[in-house]
Amino acid sequence: MLEIKNLHASVEDKKILKGINLEVNAGEVHAIMGPNGSGKSTLASVIAGKEEFDIKKGTISLDGEDLEELAPEERAHKGIFLSFQYPVEIPGVTVTNFIKTAINESRKARGLEDMPANQMLKLIREKSELLEIDRKFLSRSLNEGFSGGEKKRNEIFQLAMMEPKLAILDETDSGLDIDALRIVANGVNKLRGKDNAIIVITHYQRLLDYIVPDYVHVLHDGKIVKSGTKELALELEEKGYDWIKQEATV
Amino acid sequence: MAYTEEELKKELETKEYEYGFYTDIESDTLPKGLNEEIVIAISKKKEEPDWMTQWRLEAFKAWKEMEEPEWANVTYKKPDFQDISYYSAPNKKPKYNSLDEVDPELLDTFKKLGISVDEQKKLAGVAVDIVMDSVSVATTFKKTLAEKGIIFCSISEAIQEHPELVKKYIGTVVPKKDNFYAALNSAVFSDGSFCYIPKGVRCPMELSTYFRINQAGTGQFERTLVIADEGSYVSYLEGCTAPSRDENQLHAAVVELIAMDDAEIKYSTVQNWFPGDKEGKGGVFNFVTKRGLCEKNAKISWTQVETGSAVTWKYPSCVLKGDNSIGEFYSIAVTNNFQQADTGTKMIHLGKNTRSTIISKGISAGQSQNSYRGLVQVNSRAENARNFSQCDSLLMGNLCGAHTFPYIEAKNKTAQIEHEATTSKIGEDQIFYCNQRGIDTEKAIALIVNGFSKEVLNKLPMEFAVEAQKLLEISLEGSVG
Ligand SMILES: Nc1ncnc2c1ncn2[C@@H]1O[C@H](COP(=O)(O)OP(=O)(O)OP(=O)(O)O)[C@@H](O)[C@H]1O
Ligand SMILES: [Mg+2]
Repeated sequence: MLEIKNLHASVEDKKILKGINLEVNAGEVHAIMGPNGSGKSTLASVIAGKEEFDIKKGTISLDGEDLEELAPEERAHKGIFLSFQYPVEIPGVTVTNFIKTAINESRKARGLEDMPANQMLKLIREKSELLEIDRKFLSRSLNEGFSGGEKKRNEIFQLAMMEPKLAILDETDSGLDIDALRIVANGVNKLRGKDNAIIVITHYQRLLDYIVPDYVHVLHDGKIVKSGTKELALELEEKGYDWIKQEATV
Repeated sequence: MAYTEEELKKELETKEYEYGFYTDIESDTLPKGLNEEIVIAISKKKEEPDWMTQWRLEAFKAWKEMEEPEWANVTYKKPDFQDISYYSAPNKKPKYNSLDEVDPELLDTFKKLGISVDEQKKLAGVAVDIVMDSVSVATTFKKTLAEKGIIFCSISEAIQEHPELVKKYIGTVVPKKDNFYAALNSAVFSDGSFCYIPKGVRCPMELSTYFRINQAGTGQFERTLVIADEGSYVSYLEGCTAPSRDENQLHAAVVELIAMDDAEIKYSTVQNWFPGDKEGKGGVFNFVTKRGLCEKNAKISWTQVETGSAVTWKYPSCVLKGDNSIGEFYSIAVTNNFQQADTGTKMIHLGKNTRSTIISKGISAGQSQNSYRGLVQVNSRAENARNFSQCDSLLMGNLCGAHTFPYIEAKNKTAQIEHEATTSKIGEDQIFYCNQRGIDTEKAIALIVNGFSKEVLNKLPMEFAVEAQKLLEISLEGSVG
């Protein structure tokens, strides 16, 4: 589904991604781990199409189609969803209004009419129950004054509403309490299917206890320096990153 | 790929005024220029009684001695007052009983505006008095209103039919010598609306007027007088658009509101006059005097959405004369390209326990300048007066400006006055977040701007709020920094 080849990306001449290779197939869950500043969020942003980053070399394609020429919203219309590490606030725009706009814009791009209001309502009800989101929460301004955990839960609510083909979760677990982690992970798992893929960026094993990955990759200094199965995450939890950094520099 | 700032700028520049067309309805126009004869001629054409003619002449005399004000934060080429025709009325001016009888070309004009009269009629409970080029050509729903004793007609008609009311109240809130533009308006006003709500009556529908500047080079001098008698209520809507013209068009309206004891007036405006082309040439100059007087326990709310005009100079004000009276001002002012707006309000607290609220949202894009200017004045006898003001500015790009000039004059120690101001910029991160959810940049800006303006949009009547949102989107198309 997603194919990244020898990807190099910079911001203002600062090299951040230095040759990433990654293939994610439908039905798979990949975890990306790695020390602070290694380039995980940058990779997510580049996949989503953030303009700030210049792609210097390499390709990214989704279902065989090169993404480079596509605007971020076009990538979203193709089913890419990014759950942000730091979701932004949009004062005065309610969660409901925002998600309604997002869904209808994506439908429009696919030549569909706006989703009928009753269907939208039903979907909102269903997904907010799944994620145990209070109805009052939906009438608040998007992310404004949300606690860290509320922001993350709201990201996954949007994900559940949009049912993307490829979901990238950037540190969705940070800020979530233990119960919330379980609820959110449960929401994400509902999305899992043979036609979807998920990339989970995280620092901690505990999320991976719930969302069990098929593959784990370690990003260090803009490169994937080690890949393995879920056991690799356990090993990292135990030993930290030093041994990998050493391996990488050898 | 998504827009670069450069591409956005280009697109912004190529955006032409959507409603830039010109309706070819024959009209009867006076020669250009202004002198006593012209003032008398206008009055004569309108078959006015002598007291009205004299009133106009007094205003004209005062105007001749006055200077155009210079204090506003706007710069423009001053209009040549001798190069303007002061009267233009559609030739065919029968009064219609039904809209079917209205000149099809006029109806077509409204269709182009996307606010066809048909549509308006359907909007439940909206009575429409259309002012086109200075003379009312259609009035609807009059009968329903008449049953309640409500008078809603053109001011010219009111001068003929209800001279005692007009004579008693005109110029009592905005004296004819109040300021340069008000004096000019008093001398040459062509038409406008008149509304009287009798004691204890709640007007059952929103009263609405669509203004439109039409004849090339014709200044528009509307005069509106709304009187809400004791214990009555009325919500009045005013909206307008103008065709694209090459020379600057002057608009100097006067609006007077009188809310007697326990009465309430809600006055909402959506204004979308031609803002000028990309060089800032040819837009409407909008110099308006709007003021309301509140007697005991009365309330006046001004709500406005300003997106048009090359230069706007406008301060809807409340004189809180009666004890416990309330004044409110909710405003959204959008400027783009080379537009300049200097707008705000004046809250004059004279009575005890008077309260006022000011919420101003300024949105600037392009190379525009957007200024808020507000005066809160508390008289020495106004015990326990309270004011809350909030002025928020939203900037797009680095070339525009937002300015806030709050003036406070408190002569009574019990006054409580609060002022809050914020300035923010639409951030790239906000846009990217929206983009990532499938919302393109254009729509993202509309969403963010609507969110920013929500407190004020919420104050507008439903139908108007929808129109206002559309206007915000149109006027900011392609602007981001
Ligand atoms: N816009 C930018 N300008 C300059 N440097 C940037 C920019 N964005 C990212 N970087 C730098 O790129 C590097 C990678 O950042 P990134 O956010 O991708 O790290 P990360 O792996 O997600 O880290 P964390 O685990 O802390 O979230 C960091 O050194 C960061 O400072
Ligand atoms: Mg990160």
